[in-house]
Amino acid sequence: MSTVLGIPVPVILGQLTLGLVNGSFYALLSLGLAVIFGLMGVVNFAHGAFYTLGAFAALLGLQYLGINYWLALLIAPLAVGLLGVLVERLLLRHLYGLDPLYGLLLTFGLALIVEGSLHQVFGASGQSYPVPEALAGAVNLHFMFLPLYRAWVILASVVVCFSTWFVIERTRLGATLRAATENAPLLQAFGVNVPLLVALTYGGGVALAALAGVLASPVVLVNSHMGNELVIVVFAVVVIGGMGSILGSIVSGLVLGLIEGLTKVVYPEASNIVVFVIMALVLILRPAGLFGRE
Amino acid sequence: MTVSRWSSALAIAALAAGPYAAYAAGDQVVIGDIDDMSGVYADVEGAGGVETINMAIADFGGSVLGRKITVLSADHQNKPDIGASKFREWSDQQGLNLLLGGSNTGVNIAMAKVAAAKKVPFIVIGAGGASLTNEDCTAYSVHYVYDTTALANGTATAMINAGGKSWFYLTADYAFGTQLQNAAAKVVETHAGKNLGAVRVPLGAADFSSFLLQAQASGAQVLGLANAGTDFSNSLKAANEFGITRTMKPAALLAFLTDIHSLGLKTAQGLYLTTGWYWDLNDETRAFAKRFFAKMNRQPTMDHAGAYSATLTYLKAVKAAGTTDADKVMAQLKKDKINDMFTKGGYIRADGTMIHDMYVMQVKTPQEAKYPWDYYKLIRKMSGEEAFGPVTGLCPLAPK
Repeated sequence: MSTVLGIPVPVILGQLTLGLVNGSFYALLSLGLAVIFGLMGVVNFAHGAFYTLGAFAALLGLQYLGINYWLALLIAPLAVGLLGVLVERLLLRHLYGLDPLYGLLLTFGLALIVEGSLHQVFGASGQSYPVPEALAGAVNLHFMFLPLYRAWVILASVVVCFSTWFVIERTRLGATLRAATENAPLLQAFGVNVPLLVALTYGGGVALAALAGVLASPVVLVNSHMGNELVIVVFAVVVIGGMGSILGSIVSGLVLGLIEGLTKVVYPEASNIVVFVIMALVLILRPAGLFGRE
Repeated sequence: MTVSRWSSALAIAALAAGPYAAYAAGDQVVIGDIDDMSGVYADVEGAGGVETINMAIADFGGSVLGRKITVLSADHQNKPDIGASKFREWSDQQGLNLLLGGSNTGVNIAMAKVAAAKKVPFIVIGAGGASLTNEDCTAYSVHYVYDTTALANGTATAMINAGGKSWFYLTADYAFGTQLQNAAAKVVETHAGKNLGAVRVPLGAADFSSFLLQAQASGAQVLGLANAGTDFSNSLKAANEFGITRTMKPAALLAFLTDIHSLGLKTAQGLYLTTGWYWDLNDETRAFAKRFFAKMNRQPTMDHAGAYSATLTYLKAVKAAGTTDADKVMAQLKKDKINDMFTKGGYIRADGTMIHDMYVMQVKTPQEAKYPWDYYKLIRKMSGEEAFGPVTGLCPLAPK
């Protein structure tokens, strides 16, 4: 069996594949954060809470309304996104023009309230969400068995990430959105409803978090603290990619997933800090992030 | 740092500072409970533990030696420094008479040091590390519900008897995980089995699949899960998903009823595990469970029952000794036999281990379960002496 640095190649391939799965979650989550920060300048600390809400929406939808996984993929992000629009209209909008710290504190507070309430009602140990039947099997990649569901996560994430990137960077709608951040009064003078656009942007970013939550629900136990560990890592990913850079967040999400996967083979104890070590290095060498503009 | 824990820390700080300061130490008996109230172990004991402590106090009559009994509780957030400083604060300012230690071995080791320094009786409920009555033992510590030695003696022996000779461990990377792994490895060795290796996983990891593939690559027959709570549930769930349970038999070195409930019988069926108590053992345990269920809307874990029993045991000892003086109460505790719904004929050994029967269980299949929470079938009852083993001599209080 061929080896690299004393590690068998099939093991490395397996870990890289799994790294790609985790990277897909990082990419989806950091994408939402980057959209919200890039277009609105809001540091959305409630992102993990919206991810958790997405998973709970799927779980409760299945338990009480019989909404299946595929419908949940559509309905949960819509419902949570709508909640995001409400949050923007009722709370966040009053903070524009103030120091970004206020937005951070508001969303941090929201995260506390959401997670605390979920913990109060559902406890800490979590509940299982079944893997949809169509994706229940596994494929033999010869170096490992990859559960179909995990392959689906990679596919779904890549498609969603690049469509989002395309919409924002390559379409007229995206151009309008970006114009709204550059010069809102001018855009408004052209007859564009800027406040609505901003609310929808926040709703969209939040919906991406909820979508990641639905995708994660068959993989991990759905519980109140599933988002708050993850969101810290995702913030690091966004910093590495460059705050607000859409492409940066996608690419660095996937790449950091891969690096983390390799760390799990070489030195597993460090797997939960490797992302932060890289973040520190990037901040020292290139403070604007790998894809950020100075 | 996780956000939800900040909030609970603030809330508890506010609570702790408020009403209790009004009482002068001495005209009441103060029982403290420091546990994970908001993190991965919160359902194993947590708020339910506080509930059962209050149940025990109510059953005892609400006062002892003519003094009212009050309860303090705090969230240690799985951080040793928080647990130790809260313990010290209560001892200095609230006249604390007894501390019950909840989950997390690391935190409990830190709190044991405070117990020795402040001379406050300290009964460990939720933590598993056997070092608490060995190298980390103190004259004021009692380890009440279970420990890593008993878990390994129960589950590892059962797995080996079922043919699982070679082992690979998935270990939580802190004091508890390593102690549990070492205890299991020792049992495997004494039965002429083989330990093929281990991977140490950070507490609260988001994804276990990478570690599981390493376990599978070892070619071992048994996957020893030396972790607990959400980590245990998530790793078993991933092991099923990746088909690892088809080539390896998982051994739940520590699983609580709440974990099995989260996973569901379809995923957990067939697992061997060891427990210090189960709600459906006999009429007495069922009666306790019924009371607990009425308040918490779920069945109690062994930790919930243990917190109830430990509180009662302490209060009985205070009554018998006629004082809350720590040394006299400790002497009384080590003299009395414990007979309640948690144990029959249990006793506290010189090193602080509470010796009582342990139960090796197997998780039922969905077809075998006849009613809600009907999860375990009894494979074997181990006597306390067999489960906890002889004294090791590592604790100076109990020479070999």
